[in-house]
Amino acid sequence: MRQVAIVAFAQSRHTGHDTGLSEPELILPVINEVKDATGLKRFGFTCSGSCDYLAGAPFSFVSALDAIGAWPPISESHVEMDGAWALYEAWVRLQHGDVDSALVYGFGKTSMGDPRTLMTLQLDPYYLAPLGLDQVSFAALQASAAGVPREELDAIVRRSRADGRRNPFALDLPDELPADPVVEPVRASDLAPVTDGAAAVVLAAGELARQLCERPAYVTGIAHRIEPHYLGLRDLARSASAADAARAAEDGLGPVEVAELHAQFAHEEPILRRALELPDDTVINPSGGPLAANPVMATGLIRIGEAARRVHDGTARRVVGHAAGGPCLQHNLVTVLEA
Amino acid sequence: MAQRCAVIGVGQTHYTTKRRDVSIAGLVREAALRALEDAGLTFKDIDAVVIGKAPDLFEGVMMPEAYLADALGAAGKPMMRVHTAGSVGGSTALVAAGLIQGGVHERVLVVAYEKQSESNATWALSTHLPFSSSLVVGAGGYFAPHIREYMRRTGAPEHIGTLVAVKDRLNALKNPYAHLRIPGIDRRMVESTPMLWEPIRYLETCPSSDGACALVLSSERAATGTPAWVHGGAMRSEPIFRAGRDTVSPQAGKDCAADVYRQAGVTDPRRQIDVAEVYVPFSWYEPMWLENLGFAAEGEGWKLTESGATALDGDTPWNASGGVLSSNPIGASGLIRFAEAALQVRGTAGEHQVDGARLALGHAYGGGAQFFAMWIVGREKP
Repeated sequence: MRQVAIVAFAQSRHTGHDTGLSEPELILPVINEVKDATGLKRFGFTCSGSCDYLAGAPFSFVSALDAIGAWPPISESHVEMDGAWALYEAWVRLQHGDVDSALVYGFGKTSMGDPRTLMTLQLDPYYLAPLGLDQVSFAALQASAAGVPREELDAIVRRSRADGRRNPFALDLPDELPADPVVEPVRASDLAPVTDGAAAVVLAAGELARQLCERPAYVTGIAHRIEPHYLGLRDLARSASAADAARAAEDGLGPVEVAELHAQFAHEEPILRRALELPDDTVINPSGGPLAANPVMATGLIRIGEAARRVHDGTARRVVGHAAGGPCLQHNLVTVLEA
Repeated sequence: MAQRCAVIGVGQTHYTTKRRDVSIAGLVREAALRALEDAGLTFKDIDAVVIGKAPDLFEGVMMPEAYLADALGAAGKPMMRVHTAGSVGGSTALVAAGLIQGGVHERVLVVAYEKQSESNATWALSTHLPFSSSLVVGAGGYFAPHIREYMRRTGAPEHIGTLVAVKDRLNALKNPYAHLRIPGIDRRMVESTPMLWEPIRYLETCPSSDGACALVLSSERAATGTPAWVHGGAMRSEPIFRAGRDTVSPQAGKDCAADVYRQAGVTDPRRQIDVAEVYVPFSWYEPMWLENLGFAAEGEGWKLTESGATALDGDTPWNASGGVLSSNPIGASGLIRFAEAALQVRGTAGEHQVDGARLALGHAYGGGAQFFAMWIVGREKP
């Protein structure tokens, strides 16, 4: 495959409440930041990820085009998925060989609605959605199946929040954890916080990557897999699709210094860690991860961006960025980045 | 260098107002199985699935690819969901073709659908974000002023829209999948229908359809059956609110056409392209796109339509299938254009086949006439 690298990454200072910014206003600064970082004004391809249901209106991606300044007209596409899949589409586009750069972005404002009940609308509309199963309830089914000890879950949350407090882009969440259960065995502290935010990444191929970035984060493997929708058809204690994606991205991930995992509930982290067969010494979510900031539709892209950042600043040579979608980790994407 | 890509299977459902007999999953699976059968393959032979549809509010299912993975045999495979407004069907095909051209996969299943009977599209298009105005006009109310501006600029006589409405519905009578099959359709019938959005009459607009369309795309090495070869593909987008953009003949459409023509070696589209399937949801968009796509000089598109050149027996047939005016499962409408272009160059379009078609254009547009997706397919390898 053609050598493609992440050469720039920017994210908003995420907030746990609506600051009054519209989605284009949320995106504009991060787009400008990656344009400044690379000196590129135009890109060979542009791709974004967002979800209309977060805003409750159609075409949330349309006004984003005004923010990125798509004039003269640009070669552009959009996925109704996390921005991580927009990055995947852009990586594929760069494999064609006729363009060398791509702009990728994702954005979401979960403060405007109730993500817990909203996610019910992602279920089979005939057999599952009418049951009213909400996001925390189906996550609780997976948490029960995984049976992760409470001490381990609390340690994951404390570590994520502590890392998040050190990350200027993540939320400032307290160390003490409320013990109240939301849906047994899931507690309020196991949930990712409501977050508004956006992120942008620039991909560059071949020689251009070296010109634009001192230490490009080369994509040495990227793949994604989906599994059946019906929870009853899956072994919820495991993530078969994450394991398959990791194998497809790279034949055995091997040593990984840093892994940024798209775990929106504390119990998802050990499930993913096992599926990706990450070594014990891999540092998980040093950014604080989704438990410290979860701007839905950008969260997965931020995992890849945060992993790339460790290569850019020279603190790591081999990292993994992971993104997930669908109920109970139905869909998983694994990206391996190397210096 | 990009790998060659071919369409080796096409599947469509019979487009209709309400498919009460199937679920959304049943609808997409019906199209997928027909495309696989056409290619002589099964789900096992597919490496990845790419699905497209227009806004999720149309059916009330958020990011439905999660739910549809099972019905499309995607479990254990990569699955992508494309959404680029009305052009989405075309964009979906291009994203899928990209997976093959980029050397990532050998065979990709492409599916696009809309089950409009599940809700109300005009309502779903009219909600708005806080602090932005809602026109509550749907698509017809939005595009009618652009059409009036086209008429003002070109001096096109009022009956041109009627001619397109009749021509496309006559073609639809030859297409067993078409939704609107109106025996005895003529100018008088179109002119007798109510005015919806001046100058668009009821029979000059597209229907609301339930339906799905599917393609099997393949690399050169994995091709089976009768391939239609992709000679070029392009997408272009421009901002909806940019002051001074020309909404009658958008720059993004011109740029997209120029890109796809360059890839396919087309310098004179009217002569070199044997048949075009172009997204015409309101009759007047035929003359408008004839100019935007370079089939006619500026201001001359309506004369081409009036001369009969775009009829099935004309020298540059447009929408031999009956087009969007005859079938409009919105999210699938772009993919149907791309699929019909492939059917024509494969010589498998049936009664609406254009004799000897070797090169065909598939076109889709969306948003405020700001998103464009096009491909050119040919009988021979590029």
